[in-house]
Amino acid sequence: MATFSVTRPRKSRVLTAVMALYLIYTLVPLVWLVINATKTQPALFTTSGLAFGGPFALFDNIGETFTYDDGIFLRWLGNTLLYVVAGAGGATILATAAGYGLAKYRFPGRRAVFAVVLGAVAVPGTALAVPTFLMFSELGLTNTPLAIIIPSLISPFGLYLIWVYASDAIPDELLEAARIDGAGEIRIFLTVTLRQLAPGIVTVALFTVVSTWNNYFLPLIMLSEPKWYPLTVGLNQWSAQASGAGAQPVYHLVLTGSLLTIVPLVIAFLLMQRYWQSGLSAGSVKQ
Amino acid sequence: MTSTAVAPTPAPPRRAATARRARRDWRGWLFVAPFMLVFALTFLAPIGYAFVLSLFREQAFFGGTTFVGVDNYAQVLADPKFWDSFQRVLVFLAVQVPIMLVLALIAALAIDSARLHAAGFFRVVIFLPYAVPAVVAALMWGFLYGDHFGLAADLNHLLGRDVVKPLSDNWMLASIGNVVTWEFAGYNMLIFYSALKVIPKEQFEAAAIDGAGAFRAILSVKLPALRGAIVIATIFSIIGSFQLFNEPNIMRTLAPNVIGTFYTPNMYAYNLSFGAQQYNYSATVAIVMGVITAIIAYVVQLRGSRKGM
Repeated sequence: MATFSVTRPRKSRVLTAVMALYLIYTLVPLVWLVINATKTQPALFTTSGLAFGGPFALFDNIGETFTYDDGIFLRWLGNTLLYVVAGAGGATILATAAGYGLAKYRFPGRRAVFAVVLGAVAVPGTALAVPTFLMFSELGLTNTPLAIIIPSLISPFGLYLIWVYASDAIPDELLEAARIDGAGEIRIFLTVTLRQLAPGIVTVALFTVVSTWNNYFLPLIMLSEPKWYPLTVGLNQWSAQASGAGAQPVYHLVLTGSLLTIVPLVIAFLLMQRYWQSGLSAGSVKQ
Repeated sequence: MTSTAVAPTPAPPRRAATARRARRDWRGWLFVAPFMLVFALTFLAPIGYAFVLSLFREQAFFGGTTFVGVDNYAQVLADPKFWDSFQRVLVFLAVQVPIMLVLALIAALAIDSARLHAAGFFRVVIFLPYAVPAVVAALMWGFLYGDHFGLAADLNHLLGRDVVKPLSDNWMLASIGNVVTWEFAGYNMLIFYSALKVIPKEQFEAAAIDGAGAFRAILSVKLPALRGAIVIATIFSIIGSFQLFNEPNIMRTLAPNVIGTFYTPNMYAYNLSFGAQQYNYSATVAIVMGVITAIIAYVVQLRGSRKGM
């Protein structure tokens, strides 16, 4: 093996050990969460944080999480799924079409589109949130799912990624050939483009899913009724009910609910890492 | 982030392509229009609406609003609460962002170096916190910080006295910085790592022929190649810092006496709107922050790309 050291440097134990420290830093809160989601509420207070203790109550906790307060957690999960499917799904479709249009067509106003979208990205969400709320409130959209879904439909990052990706992945000759065969522009998009863009689309989908799933500020502002909350706002409400007058601490449910909230995303990222890693690399080519 | 410079240059002009361009090809709008329509509704309209709001003020007794011109802006610029919150995110920005980006850079270089055992495992695990919602991250760390059943309590128990107080006044900003670093260092690592992956091999071979060691190669080949990625990561981190909201807002439940209603500018704007119903003033605060953020992001981009030339 040592003879390959010119092209393949020897593995360093020191470097691995240093990086292992970083790895531990990353994992400690997650391990802590898993361990403590297995404890009953009284055991949380009497046992050490990084060790199992008390009766093993993970399954009881999961059961109680789903049934507490008439099963509101399940409702929040359903809401989150709705916002993710409609919001992130729509965002992916819009970004894919627009990124492709920008990359492959020279149309009047193209430069203006770039300037406006990139300029608007620099405007922080802070500046947008309150006016968006007031606007939506006049349109009667607040406290409805549309208030969450509509703003989630725009992903400037997704547009950028698809645009860069499409410039590379779709040769002009391919489009020309399809046109000569008599295919219309929409048909070309549906049959030729989508297949070529697949890794880029998966990457955009994954990142818009994460940002919609994890969204907190927007639903916090837009929604006043718990029945429309997504998981994030709901969990914080459970956490907040531990303090103040008439406090009803449900720490064990907050922990178990948190664990249930992150598991689907972690699994999605692990399963699809081949896609998003290649998609991101392609995106960085043009940086 | 370079808008026009990156624009894909068309292949050497062919006769057919030139002819088509001449008769104004509108077909691209077919694909771009839906995005732009929603974009106008969710980005452009609120920005315009915020600007209009900022020019008016609620009337105290009669209801309704009156036009006050730039009075709200003058009030924000003289508002000690605004500057207090602004100063806090500035400190946060100056300390947390460099720490996070250097950490991400070291991790990316280490994973890319081929000297790490199980590099793929490191890459995935370090990125993982990005998939954790800010709410869950803040709740987890908040519990860890707490003296009920957190690690801070265990640590103090071990030391025999109350040394570690992450939720106290002096520690809070650093504690929030730690949560944000934990969440986003891996994401930035992946941006850097993706940029490292696409450095042409010839550049390393040239450096190797020149007798450059691993550290020389990092300094002379890798860091210059990462410049664009570093500029982008810095801009996003600056925007993120100025918008700081989720983490302090959630930590507020745990330490209501430490984190007030104007802990960050974003929290101030939020509480002005939803606590005090001062929508016009809140919109003004948001616009002032937006302008400051845009200017700083623009300056970073200019400086970053000028050095690169």
